[in-house]
Amino acid sequence: MAEKQYDWAAIAKNPKFIELHHKKRAFLFGWWIFSTAYYFMLPIGAAYAPGLFKIKVLGVINFGYMFALSQFFVSWALALYYAHVANKDFDRMTKELITELHL
Amino acid sequence: MTLKKFIIAAGLILAVAAAAFGEEPKSAPAAVGTASAVTAPATSAVTAVVAPGDNTPAPTAAPAPAEKKIVTLKANKAITLSMFAVIIGITMAVVVWAARQTKSAADFYAAGGGITGTQNGWAIAGDYMSAASFLGISGLISLYGYDGFMYSVGWLVAYITVLLIVAEPCRNAGKYTLGDILSFRTNPKPVRALAAVSTVAVSTFYLTAQMVGAGKLMALLVGVPYKTAIVGVGILMVGYVVFGGMTATTWVQIIKAGLLMSGALLLSFLVMAKAGFNPVRFFEQIVNNPDIQDHVSKLVLKDGITLNGIDAGQRFLEPGLYLKSPLDQISLGMALVLGTAGMPHILMRFFTVPTAQAARKSVIIAMFIIGAFYVLTTLLGFGAAINLTPQGIISVDPGGNMATLILAQTLGAEIAPILGDIFLAFLCSVAFATILAVVSGLVLAASAAIAHDIYVNVIKDGHADQHEQVMAARITSLVVGAVGIMIGLLAEKANVAHLVALAFAVASSGNLPVVVLSLFWRKFNTAGVISGLVVGTIASIGLVMVSPNMTYPKTVAAGAKKIVAAMEKKQAELPSGQSLSEKDAAALATAKVNEQLTGTSMMGLEKPLFTLKNPGIVSIPLGFLAAIIGCLLFPNKRSEEMFDEVYVRQNTGIGMAKAIDH
Repeated sequence: MAEKQYDWAAIAKNPKFIELHHKKRAFLFGWWIFSTAYYFMLPIGAAYAPGLFKIKVLGVINFGYMFALSQFFVSWALALYYAHVANKDFDRMTKELITELHL
Repeated sequence: MTLKKFIIAAGLILAVAAAAFGEEPKSAPAAVGTASAVTAPATSAVTAVVAPGDNTPAPTAAPAPAEKKIVTLKANKAITLSMFAVIIGITMAVVVWAARQTKSAADFYAAGGGITGTQNGWAIAGDYMSAASFLGISGLISLYGYDGFMYSVGWLVAYITVLLIVAEPCRNAGKYTLGDILSFRTNPKPVRALAAVSTVAVSTFYLTAQMVGAGKLMALLVGVPYKTAIVGVGILMVGYVVFGGMTATTWVQIIKAGLLMSGALLLSFLVMAKAGFNPVRFFEQIVNNPDIQDHVSKLVLKDGITLNGIDAGQRFLEPGLYLKSPLDQISLGMALVLGTAGMPHILMRFFTVPTAQAARKSVIIAMFIIGAFYVLTTLLGFGAAINLTPQGIISVDPGGNMATLILAQTLGAEIAPILGDIFLAFLCSVAFATILAVVSGLVLAASAAIAHDIYVNVIKDGHADQHEQVMAARITSLVVGAVGIMIGLLAEKANVAHLVALAFAVASSGNLPVVVLSLFWRKFNTAGVISGLVVGTIASIGLVMVSPNMTYPKTVAAGAKKIVAAMEKKQAELPSGQSLSEKDAAALATAKVNEQLTGTSMMGLEKPLFTLKNPGIVSIPLGFLAAIIGCLLFPNKRSEEMFDEVYVRQNTGIGMAKAIDH
């Protein structure tokens, strides 16, 4: 199968690629750290702040329950936000890079 | 025929290893019911240790109202088996259709890259949500309230790592297996061989837990003997994979996810209808339920706390009834958050979609399905606690694994008796489809590692034509499936609950560090992959073997002593002339027997060397450290030079066509 040859080092030095990977790296790792930290607040809070988790928020429903439930919504929101940014920025920048390289 | 010999030898080694893992003897009285140790994930062994006193058949507590429904679970065999037949029929039709399309290796391993993002999203959900999620977590919630819900959260959050860190880069840089990603800029032969061993190990641990669970579940639900159930499930699983490859496996998983979500939605609807669709009222019913209050009083009494009435009911919605070790929780959280992204059968799903965009879309769809499922699980778990009472659930299965199924039967029967049978049969067939979908994905991942990495790329140096590759894949699947059945048969009496935790520990400590470093670190090389995989895997397995997951007779005895003390104290506090309730007396009797246990664990230990059930908190940093140190000790210029290629590929997908039709 004929394989196209690419000059990978040259692409890696292309300013468009550098911009893309800086933006992606900051977004991906930044939000990964946020979501992980938010998640670990759940087991840590449940163990070390039981008083907070007991506070009733809505009827008998307490803060702990709402916080656990919020984990789902935060994860979903982050997923949708990532999809939005990736579709709008990352994919567009990748496309521009590929056009510029005439691939 | 060196290949055959090699496969057989590898199979035998694994079978023996898994059997040895399973051989752990259960101390009879402490291990309350075998089913509990099987379907509930990771931590269900805790149930057996924490709650021996609850293993009494009497479902009613003394102070509870007089008229009580006796909770039972009896599936209508005719209806259930005909629903099973429908599922087998539909999936077989899919296999016949898929087999016609499976001509090349890419077809077999990656469905020719022709799965859409939406389809793949459903398939990921179907691949991921095992019977443990479906039955185990709702059971935990029905018995321990809040902790069961908290436990489920990590299983969804894990997908953030998959979405942000591994899905798209793997789609862009990989082809069929973990070995493809890791061998890109390293010495391919040792790396592929090791990646294959790791994949097979993770898949075997997971598969053993699933197979044993499947056998027990089918035996319990429809009364088929354990061995027949294993062979039946095994033959179907082998049939799907050998003939239909990834295409059939994908569709089995999609069908299963659809069935599972319909079942969960329908049952949640019935539960919420009873509370007038008012969540606040629903939670008030929990808090005010006298049976739940009584159940919680008993649970906290083991910790020496007295709690009664509405306070006990409210306690059900607070943390700490089940998950008592925060460090263990954090450790499990780490294994989930990092391990899911290192699971070979999950990684493999990203090679089935044509582009990174489709991979992204598929994770997001999977996250909504999986998350929605766990939110519904709360309703099912709490609904079971309200409508069946925790005592009733325990009387059927001490681990609570049957809660969802009994709930379906009960709520259905309240509308019309026959509807209860139909609904239960439907959920049984959902459980059946769940097992089939998960085991098929695992068999496919393990066979891909052996056939594609070891046979085609290590033994044949990558020189195998399409026909030979597909043949190798089919033969390997057959062998892997047969070995899976064998392990399932051997491990019937084994304690397999810790195997799921072990699979996640190995995936998070061995696989994930090397995948992430391969994709993102310029200096990473062969030595790093090897040291990371070896140290991460061995550390996880070693720590689990000396952890509290194994049975330590003396620890069981010590736990029993506490119960004896608590019960005797309770008796002393009673006004003279009154004696303990029947249930408490039974608990006291069981504890008195357990008090006498003595001996050592499988590893010859009197008590665990490592006190956590989940090794992640130690083994994950070890895996990362070993990978980094190994690579710094043996720098490799070629690996560094090739980083540009990997990095551009994984970020942009440039050159990916090559990866698809290679």
